[in-house]
Amino acid sequence: MNWPSFDAFVAMGGYGLYVWGSFAVCALAFAVELLALRQRRKALQALPPADAAGQGAGA
Amino acid sequence: MNWFKYAAPQRFHPLAGRAVPWFGVAAVLLAVAGLAIALLVAPTDFQQGDAYRIIFIHVPAAWMSMVLYMAMAFWAAMGLVFNARLASMLALALAPTGALMTFLALWTGALWGKPTWGTWWVWDARLTSELILLFLYIGFMSLHAAIDDERRADRAAAVLALVGAVNVPIIYFSVQWWNTLHQGSSVKLGGSSMAAIMLVGMLLMTLAFWMYSFAVVLARARCIILERERHAAWAQGALA
Repeated sequence: MNWPSFDAFVAMGGYGLYVWGSFAVCALAFAVELLALRQRRKALQALPPADAAGQGAGA
Repeated sequence: MNWFKYAAPQRFHPLAGRAVPWFGVAAVLLAVAGLAIALLVAPTDFQQGDAYRIIFIHVPAAWMSMVLYMAMAFWAAMGLVFNARLASMLALALAPTGALMTFLALWTGALWGKPTWGTWWVWDARLTSELILLFLYIGFMSLHAAIDDERRADRAAAVLALVGAVNVPIIYFSVQWWNTLHQGSSVKLGGSSMAAIMLVGMLLMTLAFWMYSFAVVLARARCIILERERHAAWAQGALA
């Protein structure tokens, strides 16, 4: 363990804003991606069933 | 085992569905171990203080941004050359995660640059070519979304992906070819300029990012398959 106290851990030697700003945005980005994927999977059920007109010519 | 049979979306869909949870669990376990080393165990750097800890997500994100682009260009090319629908769907599934990794590489890089270089951004070759990579991902997705016919969209976007692939070696070698503020690579086969524990933490985080990407891309590919193939009887069964 590198840290003498929890405060030191949070402060990151004075670089807390940069370090936690990096890790937090990273975690947030993954969370948003996972949520968006969940929404997309749920939306599949609501899609109208494809009919002949909806099919692209190259399908 | 005949892998080509999984080129059929109908066969690939359940296979990917079985793989996603395993990649997800692996990503979580690797991330827990990697974060423990990155934030708790690894010692403070004698030059950069604790700001260097950004490396544990910056480098994995930057590596993945390039790896995912090459994978996207590869599958886009497969879709273009062999007229393989599943390959094109995989390319499309890779793009958002690749763009996300590119954004994270740029974001964490800015937050690392400020305390170590004194600036959030500089137009040097490494940073600029990585920004171009983000635009290539966005361009790929926008172009695909702009064309109604799916297979035409696949082909047009594939051409863009292939032309843009030239940017990846430019990113990788930019620190050697040009004088950049960005440092050269610290990790080399047969002798890295990093303490062993830092290297282990970074490799664990890289594997975690890799497993996460597998899980998310396969899950997204499953969505794309059902969105496109829902006219088929098997897809109706999978949706029910």
